[in-house]
Amino acid sequence: MKNKNEMKLIFPSNPENERLARIAVSAFISELGPTIAEIAEIKTAVSEAVTNCIVHAYREKPGMITLTVKATSSKVHIRITDRGCGIDDVKRAMEPLYTSRPEEERAGLGFAVMESFTDRMTVKSAPKKGTTVTLIKNICC
Amino acid sequence: MLNLTEPIIIEAENDTVEVFLSGDIDHKNAAGLRNDIDYAVERHKPKVLNLNFAKVEFMDSSGIGLIMGRYKKLSALGGRLVLTETSGTIKKVMKIAGIEKLAEII
Repeated sequence: MKNKNEMKLIFPSNPENERLARIAVSAFISELGPTIAEIAEIKTAVSEAVTNCIVHAYREKPGMITLTVKATSSKVHIRITDRGCGIDDVKRAMEPLYTSRPEEERAGLGFAVMESFTDRMTVKSAPKKGTTVTLIKNICC
Repeated sequence: MLNLTEPIIIEAENDTVEVFLSGDIDHKNAAGLRNDIDYAVERHKPKVLNLNFAKVEFMDSSGIGLIMGRYKKLSALGGRLVLTETSGTIKKVMKIAGIEKLAEII
């Protein structure tokens, strides 16, 4: 399917950029005519992915996050990439309520929320190299 | 500097502390909210902590961490947690977390 529009955003792993990322994505996809619920779900999924980069990939240290969004007439493809520590065991990291940072009141639900609020999620990670999360959401219009 | 998070309002009456949350509850804001709520809980030692979500515009799983942490704190004090005026995607996030097992959701 031919790409209708695309966007690339590169930003540092500052917590204030969690909001920037989800607002930028919601503004970008608004042209597709999504429902309010679809926008809210995409914003939440993006916020989870970016927070994972800040909290887990870079462990609150400086690093860069790349967000790319491609929109076709009925689908949104979102990719969030970091060059942080990577995930040793992706399967375990995706288990609901698993967190490597329980002392900081992390719920361990980031991937569960991303999975629930999108139609497809893939996670590719290499230890010490980084992680790429791809989220695909169908827009029902 | 523009402050995008509105301050929370905390009211204490008898054995209840009610917290009116607002704005965005994400990783950036959760720590500040946690400190404000815990200060009120430690001061009043309520039997009921009521978190009101009517003016919350956004919440991701960082908010779930905040709720779970307050549940543990209240349980240790012999109190209970009540969540009110939840709706839409925020309610869905709570459902994914199974929060209804920890707190009464009204």
